Amino acid sequence: MKKLKFAHYINQFYGQIGGEDKGDQPPVVHEKAVGPGSGLEKLFGEEGEIIATVICGDTYFAENPEKAAEEITDILKKYDFDCFIAGPAFNAGRYGMACGAICRAVQERLGAPAVASMYTENPGAEIYAKDIYVLETGKSAAAMKDALPAIAEFALKLARGVEIGFPEDEGYIPQGRRVNVFADKTGAVRGVDMLLSKLKGESFTTELPMPVFDRVTPAPAVKNLARAKIALVTSGGVVPRGNPDRIEAANATKYGKYSIEGIDDLVTDEYITVHGGYDPVYVLEDPDRVLPVDVMRLLEKEGVIGKLFEYFYSTVGNTTAVSSAKRFGEEIGRDLLANGVDGAILTST
Amino acid sequence: MVKAIEELGIPAVHVCTIVPISETVGANRILPAVAIPNPTGNPNLSQHDEFMLRKNLMIKALDSLKSIIEEQTVF
Repeated sequence: MKKLKFAHYINQFYGQIGGEDKGDQPPVVHEKAVGPGSGLEKLFGEEGEIIATVICGDTYFAENPEKAAEEITDILKKYDFDCFIAGPAFNAGRYGMACGAICRAVQERLGAPAVASMYTENPGAEIYAKDIYVLETGKSAAAMKDALPAIAEFALKLARGVEIGFPEDEGYIPQGRRVNVFADKTGAVRGVDMLLSKLKGESFTTELPMPVFDRVTPAPAVKNLARAKIALVTSGGVVPRGNPDRIEAANATKYGKYSIEGIDDLVTDEYITVHGGYDPVYVLEDPDRVLPVDVMRLLEKEGVIGKLFEYFYSTVGNTTAVSSAKRFGEEIGRDLLANGVDGAILTST
Repeated sequence: MVKAIEELGIPAVHVCTIVPISETVGANRILPAVAIPNPTGNPNLSQHDEFMLRKNLMIKALDSLKSIIEEQTVF
């Protein structure tokens, strides 16, 4: 069998050029294995060899990623290889970003299969894992001896054109792809099996891991309510008639900011809901049932609060992505801050 | 969204029906609402009674904003 040919990318440190002081090293190529590449070559044995190693400084790459990726793919164009390998970058952020970017560029511009390798929490992993294969490694170079065999095995598969299986079997970071598979047991049977194991205190493997949510420190309490400016926000989809901002009925990609200056009460037909996930009959009769402007205006007049903020913010919480909601919250929060708002009441349906 | 607003230092209260979801996601100030389709209303009451219900709920919401808390609290 012909020896498979690999091209390898490493940074200035693994390329034995220098440390941080040599971070500005522009891309150079050696027509052989260098550094960890030698380890890979030993693992390839008779099956493969590294015919080119590109070394580039992490700072050089980070300061101009597009230009650097182009320079590197220009260098690689001259070589004929079956697969491209980048890293292992472990937890080095700039190195991981460079590995991801270059692998993607190699895939796109040179049409060659590529694999990067780094620690799961490396920023390069999150950004590039969907576009290229990112093999998971340990956190630091201490994990090198475990990383290299995994990389060698995967790279040989890629080079041979062997079909790559599921992430959990092959060791790469899930790319968010859905594949239909046939199971021996129906979902109902599998679900009951899991429940029985759980009841017996036996271990079981979930088919859908639950997301873990972070916590925020409680914000300090409003000191003087009678002087405070309070804002209303809702995920119940209450918007002015006509839905001027075209907020979606589900999986919202935006929120709206609407003036309630001079408005004492949300009146039927002036305001509607566009949220597609709950029975709208009651809120259509009286929008205050989701966005309580009437009561807040009264409390403002009674002096319980200093002021009802003249705008309310609205979006639709129906299957809206957590990441979208986070973004809306951040933008709304910044707007509230800029407008001297002291507290917010958010209603959900 | 409540968490994002809170992270900027503005106290925020989540008026919602499914409290366990809000707790899991991590809101700090949670106020149980009336029902899913009408968190701040009750169509079974007379207009006046419904208004008073809404007013009392909002007073509770404001109370939560002026309460000093160290951890997630359902009001």
